[in-house]
Amino acid sequence: MNKRINIQKTYKLYIDGKFLRTESARYIKWQDSKETTQVNVCRSSRKDFRNAVVAARNAVNGWSSRTAYNRGQILYRIAEILEGRREQFMAELTLQGSAKKQAEKEIDQSVDRLIYYSGWADKYMQIFSRVNPVAMPYFNFSYPEATGVVAATAPEESSLLGLVSIIAPIILGGNTLVILASESRPLCSITFAEVLHTSDVPGGVMNILTGYRSELLEHFSTHMDVNAILYCGSDQEEIRLVESNSALNVKRPVVYPDQDWSKEKAQGPYHIMKTQEIKTIWHPIGV
Amino acid sequence: MKTEVKTLDFNTDWEYSPALESTDHIHIQEPTDLFISGEFIPGVRGKYFETINPANEEKIANVAEAEKADVDLAVKAARKAYDNVWSKMKPTERGKYIFRIARLIQERAREFAVIESLDGGKPIRESRDVDVPLSAAHFFYYAGWADKLEYAFPGRDAHPVGVAGQIIPWNFPLLMAAWKLAPALATGNTVVLKPAETTPLTAMKLAEIIQECDLPPGVVNIINGGGNTGQALVEHADVDKIAFTGSTEVGKFIMKTVVGTGKKYTLELGGKAANILFDDAPVDQAVEGIVNGIFFNQGHVCCAGSRLFVQENIAENVISKLKERMETLIVGDPLDKNTDIGAINSKIQLDKIKMYVDIGQKEGGSIFQSPCSLPKMGYWHAPTLFTDVSQSHRIVQEEIFGPVLAIQTFRTVDEVIMKANNTPYGLSGGVWTDKGSKIFSLSKKIRAGVIWANTFNKFDPSAPFGGYKESGLGREGGVEGLMPYVNLV
Amino acid sequence: MQSGTPTYTRNIDQVNAQERVTKLFSRSIKKESKIVALNTVLRMIDLTTLEGKDSQGKVKQLCYKAAHLHDQFSNLPNVAAICVYPPMVPVAKKALNGTGINVASVATAFPSGMTSLDTKLEEVKTVVAAGADEVDMVISRGKFLQGEYDWVSDEIAKVKEACGEAHLKVILESGELVTLDNVRLASDLAMAAGADFIKTSTGKVSPAATPSVVLIMLEAIRDFYKQTGKKIGMKPAGGVSKAKLAVQYLVMVRETLGQDWLSPDLFRFGASSLANDVIMQIVKQSTGVYQSTNYFSID
Repeated sequence: MNKRINIQKTYKLYIDGKFLRTESARYIKWQDSKETTQVNVCRSSRKDFRNAVVAARNAVNGWSSRTAYNRGQILYRIAEILEGRREQFMAELTLQGSAKKQAEKEIDQSVDRLIYYSGWADKYMQIFSRVNPVAMPYFNFSYPEATGVVAATAPEESSLLGLVSIIAPIILGGNTLVILASESRPLCSITFAEVLHTSDVPGGVMNILTGYRSELLEHFSTHMDVNAILYCGSDQEEIRLVESNSALNVKRPVVYPDQDWSKEKAQGPYHIMKTQEIKTIWHPIGV
Repeated sequence: MKTEVKTLDFNTDWEYSPALESTDHIHIQEPTDLFISGEFIPGVRGKYFETINPANEEKIANVAEAEKADVDLAVKAARKAYDNVWSKMKPTERGKYIFRIARLIQERAREFAVIESLDGGKPIRESRDVDVPLSAAHFFYYAGWADKLEYAFPGRDAHPVGVAGQIIPWNFPLLMAAWKLAPALATGNTVVLKPAETTPLTAMKLAEIIQECDLPPGVVNIINGGGNTGQALVEHADVDKIAFTGSTEVGKFIMKTVVGTGKKYTLELGGKAANILFDDAPVDQAVEGIVNGIFFNQGHVCCAGSRLFVQENIAENVISKLKERMETLIVGDPLDKNTDIGAINSKIQLDKIKMYVDIGQKEGGSIFQSPCSLPKMGYWHAPTLFTDVSQSHRIVQEEIFGPVLAIQTFRTVDEVIMKANNTPYGLSGGVWTDKGSKIFSLSKKIRAGVIWANTFNKFDPSAPFGGYKESGLGREGGVEGLMPYVNLV
Repeated sequence: MQSGTPTYTRNIDQVNAQERVTKLFSRSIKKESKIVALNTVLRMIDLTTLEGKDSQGKVKQLCYKAAHLHDQFSNLPNVAAICVYPPMVPVAKKALNGTGINVASVATAFPSGMTSLDTKLEEVKTVVAAGADEVDMVISRGKFLQGEYDWVSDEIAKVKEACGEAHLKVILESGELVTLDNVRLASDLAMAAGADFIKTSTGKVSPAATPSVVLIMLEAIRDFYKQTGKKIGMKPAGGVSKAKLAVQYLVMVRETLGQDWLSPDLFRFGASSLANDVIMQIVKQSTGVYQSTNYFSID
């Protein structure tokens, strides 16, 4: 038989602009529901998370200092690249259990959502800033600034659209991010890392890990150098854990319950504001 | 003790060799026809005019001239496209077309820059580094607004106005086209655009891009011609809104013309901006700012800093540095990458500038001009400044629209604020000082739409631009730039 | 305003300065003007070796290179000087005998400047006695940042005195001064105190010479010349390894100060690998073909 043997993909982690295996060298055996395909996904350790936070911290000053226009352009580029990789994501989404039509729609909406957020890059500042008419001779203005390093867990079921919906508003606002992929549908997240990598996104801005939430959530929520944590899901115990641990360094805890990410309200400028801080500046007016 | 004047010699042995931008990769349609309903077609009566290169007076192309019947065709096309296609399209999808335009401008950037310099006379370095990138940026910025209008106007729904008639000037041909088209399209309107008659070519290149990105036919129509064409567009009954950038004189004419028609309009007109230098200003950087303010784009800038006010106690030093700085300005072939000051756009404009320089001297002003050699063919004017002039001189009051600076001194803050505002214009102003509180105080008191503090002539798609008083009404750029193109309900 | 009294400028606008730099650097230097510029750059180089591991052998080889930049190509000019640590001055002096190339020595506890004034003056006198034509000193940055400007000036004046006939270059170490305001102030102080040249950096601290720092220093020189009639030289050091950047700096000099400063008497480049890059560009201009480092001696 002259059957061609194809080359199977290794799913690595994406940290600091590089594709690495977990330093723990452990794996999770992932299988599709029909048990035709088996993938060894990296089982990230707390050290991988630690390294990712270091990378994110190193990247945040540079990333948040870029012009809004530049960040918007990069997001647009991510959409361009994603559009060009439809086939690959179709294959993975269907492998992960989506119907073909559903997968196509999810890809369409993911690209459109990236374009949507790209368009906000140089505008959300205008909507959420103010000049405040204080009752003294001072010029007073308030505007949003990036919160800093954000840790997040991706939505379980919506492994592409949900992932994009979480990532885009965070990095658009100048933050850097460490995100833990869906446990049940991890493949898209790593392939999405490849899209990021080829889209002019600087290393360290986005870091994507795969692994068990049960092992990592404690570290995600207690790390003293993380400024905000986004949890996606409806598990009350996990939510309580995240919110309670956030108190350690007053992390901003944000919870996104399980939802239909294809709905209109799943996108919008208020999602950007979840990882922004308001800065107010005073200056005298006079000669 | 005699203090001898120490001079520097900028006429160095080391000269810059010509560094000409190549033109072999560009393509200009001959003839350049009207762009109506997605096609390039000649005028109904087949009339053409020539567009020339002001650097050498040579013809570049024949351009179709739109007469009343052509204007009518264009407006009909815009109306049809609005009713049947554009107003029915999902805003997100409209936005994607505008993103495509931005992308295509970036991909064909050099061709645009070269044609802009050939047609209008501005240095290639400017068209390459400023005009073209900013134009792409405008389309990018407004593309993003298409599906976000609900956030732009608190408490109001934004609806398009319908068909917009837009008339643009010759000083930033491509950029002005971007400033007009981008917000109009983003808010769901269709457009008939009339470029200036001396600079039609980059707008027609833009038409090619619009074709290339598959924009539905009739959404954007671009027609060429002079004052008559513009008038026909303004008077056309089926145009809902007029956007005009040009002289105050024509702006006033438009205001009168649309009375009783219900047409909305925005006007971006002339200016005679005050550029104010305080004694605590960073001097070398301020001198650079003065130069950028009046000599950038050959002074063909509505917001040019054409009135310099320098605090008397530093005036001698500043003016001396300014004159010295003018010695290294290179006037020459717009296609030479080292050129700082290009050609004057047309014979008419050159004659106007010369007239004012003449008036300035007759009025008793002291003139200084850059010691540069001017080419024989083409339209050129050396960078010029006048001292010993005041608010009562004509060259201080009237807009010259050329590389001519009028310099006055001032003694106190109150005096300079009064004089800065002592003009029917109010487009822009500049303040140079090291003191923050002075910046905010001056900015509040100067009656102009754009105040540049410790800088000048800076533009961004997200920052609103427009004038007070006779410099016009309405704003372009930013969120405010959406307002003229919507009805708020 | 009295002639001869320098006025101290304390406010430089960083953003505007950078914009001026960008404009100057957008000049396109081609063809004949490029060849002239490249040759001018070569004549302005202070070929430098300042490493703890420098030895007699290293310095001798560098001196030979200085006088034989690329013998395969005729009519290449020589560099202006060799710059070495004090113990190497006698070696360099002997090796460069008859070439017309100057010997410049660093001194005053280069690069940190962290020792007593007496030790520094002693060092200066030693290198001058050994035959150094030029002395490159460092200012006391700690004292400067403490606001002890008189102390800093005084030190420079004393070093100038110890130099005798030798030319004094004063290194500001702009990377440690951080702001352009500080660079301008330090430049003014140094010139008033007797510097013949003001120099950006030791090359041991990053950032070394940056374009806006160079611009501000040239503008300081311009104002000093207008006020006093004295022409002070300028030397960017460190961070200039590419011919293109060096030519861009020449543009900056030409359009800020003009003819007189386009000469090794008033402008130098402190560099080590710049020379070869310039030679490569000269050969490329002459042959029309892009070059490889394999064909140019290291030293």
